[in-house]
Amino acid sequence: MLRLECLRSVYSELENCLVVTIMGATAAELHSLGHRPNFFYLQHAMGLVSSTGLGLALALPNQRIVVFDGDGSLLMNLGSLSTMARYQPKNLVHVVFDNESLLSVGGFPTATSTGADLEGIARASGIPKALTVRTVEDFRSAMKQVLDERQLTTIVAKVEATGPSGYVTDLSLVENRFQFRRYIQTLK
Amino acid sequence: MKTDFTWGWNPTIYHGKNMPVSLASSKAIFDALKQCDVRMLSALPETWLVHLIRMADEDPETILVRLAKEEEGVGISAGAHFAGVKSAMLMQNHGFLASINGIVSLAHLYKIPLLMLISYRGTFGERDPWQTQGGNVTEALLRAMGIPYSILDGIDPVAKRIRQAQTLAESSLQPVALLLTRDLMWEE
Repeated sequence: MLRLECLRSVYSELENCLVVTIMGATAAELHSLGHRPNFFYLQHAMGLVSSTGLGLALALPNQRIVVFDGDGSLLMNLGSLSTMARYQPKNLVHVVFDNESLLSVGGFPTATSTGADLEGIARASGIPKALTVRTVEDFRSAMKQVLDERQLTTIVAKVEATGPSGYVTDLSLVENRFQFRRYIQTLK
Repeated sequence: MKTDFTWGWNPTIYHGKNMPVSLASSKAIFDALKQCDVRMLSALPETWLVHLIRMADEDPETILVRLAKEEEGVGISAGAHFAGVKSAMLMQNHGFLASINGIVSLAHLYKIPLLMLISYRGTFGERDPWQTQGGNVTEALLRAMGIPYSILDGIDPVAKRIRQAQTLAESSLQPVALLLTRDLMWEE
């Protein structure tokens, strides 16, 4: 399963969500499908994308927040799962693209390649619903279902360790940040 | 926000010893944050902060986010800022040390205002041997990172200094720190 195909399969559903992604391939691939002002790409600070999503979800309980995390990033901040579980915002969907690899820095294997089970860790941290998907169709149907439900969910999507040839986009980091905040201001 | 957890013990009593954390200073700090319209507080407990965290927990207008590790608070505050909600971080100076990558690669990189209230352990009068190294490096690191900071060592300037720190964080879109000293937080 390719991450790009997963993102493409839910791209239209993301229009009414606030979306925050990790750096590297995930950011570049979502951007390549067509940037929108409701997308924020956290191009560093590995591990903090779920914390940023939690801050948004608690501050904006009437907005739907989608986090696109990765195995390498989440493994750097596993405590975030317990913090999300503690507050259980019903408007937060936490997707983890697990390619068992630190792809952006050369494909070094992460601990999910040797058996660390992020779905299990999420569930044991108290996330009320956690599941793993391995096909684009299962990813798409899981996303559609959890976007309709109101329950904190972690979806672990097992994807291939491949990505785009480059990660730099034509959107400056600071421009993205101001555009994202301004977009949220228009929602009120 | 009411959370999952209510203390069954008096936080000023620890290991049978009376812990003379200043209630008056804690109240002055909390009231000052409220005056600044700070609505979200992230925190990781330490002795000097027990009253402040309890006040945040008991205040229905304040969203208290109890963290597993202080660096998560940078993400929480970034999400809150995007959402138009003013926030602050409550932590020990060792928590500041644990947050440095998040401060640099999220708050500095993306120009996120952070109001950091840091208990300044490990300075003159410190009896706990395990706290003594953090005090040596806290101000040097704040200066190296270019973070404006001020030392609060008495109750009188608390309200004005917190208001000024919050104003600077918002106008400069960067982290600003207040160091809460023994003379402010500890009554003996």
